[in-house]
Amino acid sequence: MTIYSIIFYLLSVLILVTTALAITRRNMVHAVVYLIFSFFGSAMLFYLFGAPFLAVLEVIIYAGAIMVLFLFIVMMLKVDTGGERLFPLSQWLPAAVCGVLYLVLGIGIVVSDPNSHDALKTARAEPGAFGQYIFQNHWLSIEIISLLLLVAVIGALLLARRSKRPSAQEIPEGE
Amino acid sequence: MPTAHQNKNDMEWFIGIIFLLVKLGLVLLTLLLLAAYLVWLERKFLARLQIRYGPNRAGKFGLLQPIADTIKMMTKEDSVPEAADRIIFLLAPAVVATSALLMFAVVPFGNALTLWGKNIPLVITDLFVGLLFVFALSSLGVYGVALGGWASNSKYSLLGGIRGAAQMISYELSLGLSLVPIVMLAGSFSLVDIVQAQEKYPFILVQPVAFVIFIISAMAESKRIPFDLPEAENELGAGYHTEYSGMRFGLFFLGEYVHMQVLGALVAVLFLGGWRGPVLPPFLWLLIKIIMVALIMIWTRGTLPRLRYDQLMALGWKVLIPAALLNIMVTGAVLLL
Repeated sequence: MTIYSIIFYLLSVLILVTTALAITRRNMVHAVVYLIFSFFGSAMLFYLFGAPFLAVLEVIIYAGAIMVLFLFIVMMLKVDTGGERLFPLSQWLPAAVCGVLYLVLGIGIVVSDPNSHDALKTARAEPGAFGQYIFQNHWLSIEIISLLLLVAVIGALLLARRSKRPSAQEIPEGE
Repeated sequence: MPTAHQNKNDMEWFIGIIFLLVKLGLVLLTLLLLAAYLVWLERKFLARLQIRYGPNRAGKFGLLQPIADTIKMMTKEDSVPEAADRIIFLLAPAVVATSALLMFAVVPFGNALTLWGKNIPLVITDLFVGLLFVFALSSLGVYGVALGGWASNSKYSLLGGIRGAAQMISYELSLGLSLVPIVMLAGSFSLVDIVQAQEKYPFILVQPVAFVIFIISAMAESKRIPFDLPEAENELGAGYHTEYSGMRFGLFFLGEYVHMQVLGALVAVLFLGGWRGPVLPPFLWLLIKIIMVALIMIWTRGTLPRLRYDQLMALGWKVLIPAALLNIMVTGAVLLL
């Protein structure tokens, strides 16, 4: 067992445990904090696989930006989840079905791939090479995604504008 | 059975570790000391701007004041409010201080040094995604502020934490975007390469717009006047650190001043040519540039009143971000020609 595999298993345990904690906590802020740790663990996993660029992006975008927005909303809520059951019984069945399906598919993919026993070589992906690859081979997908994001931004703007209009008469000038 | 060759490799590895530890120790010590004396400098300079004396009792010119303050903070009681979320409350200040300290790991403070036939790069680690590493840490630093404010379970703290989080994520965008032209010019995210690229002229000459956007966003990121809404004394007590005492408050304070140094170092590395300069040793040049940036920040603090919340958001989203985007386009066009 090399030092890399030891780190890999430690990280895997960290990610699994924190994710499990994140979905079972009743205190939502705690759940968000555990999820941040989980993302951070995934970032370190990327780093271990020789993709520091991806690792840093994972921290900036997921751990740094998206979770801050989650926290932002959750912090202001005061939800009392005292006595109720963590998951309502009606949600157990679909959750279990999805989980089993995912497990079967995952094992199926690993078993059916003849190369799954070979360890990947550690390589280093330079940001420049990464960008060149993305924009040479997948430029259309990138453009579609950016268009989608633009539509989302315009949509959010429209929603915010529309809900503002009725109260505009009460406050004639400034805010 | 280890061969002679292996022994030599082990030896090299061991020496490498020793060098790394020495470097880490020296940088950490410098950062902490400089943070303490930046506080002194700020109090002295600000006092001068306001026509008063500033600290002048502990030692000559109040030079021992930072040490007295540190001892005071270390020995003060560290109290946790009863209604606080204990663990998060205790950890939040550490997040602020650690993320600020770690950012310095990618800042180069000199050209590679050759000592006893060994090549020692004068930077803790030359990550080739160095600049992004700084952004990653600064986006994690937001959690210290937001969670510290939330965990205190006090209205003032929560308001401060929310303001802090909103402000920091807003200005992180313009901070990041303002640096895209620098990365385009240098062709690398590594801070070592960026300093190398400024061999002929510092980037401030070709990127004055980026410089202005960066320095304004940097001041907002470090939550200093005129952007100190998260800790606005007259409305929020002390904002997100209202409930903190002793060294935990000290850690927030330390984080702020280390952050100031890191931003000074970034301005130096990205726009002023880093450690480059005539006559004086490189390390000293970097120090001078950091202190110059810090002095500008203090001067701004002594000059400008605090922005209103809507002004703050308008400046970030409607002025700085569009300006930064435009700057990227212009730089791209010039580079293509």
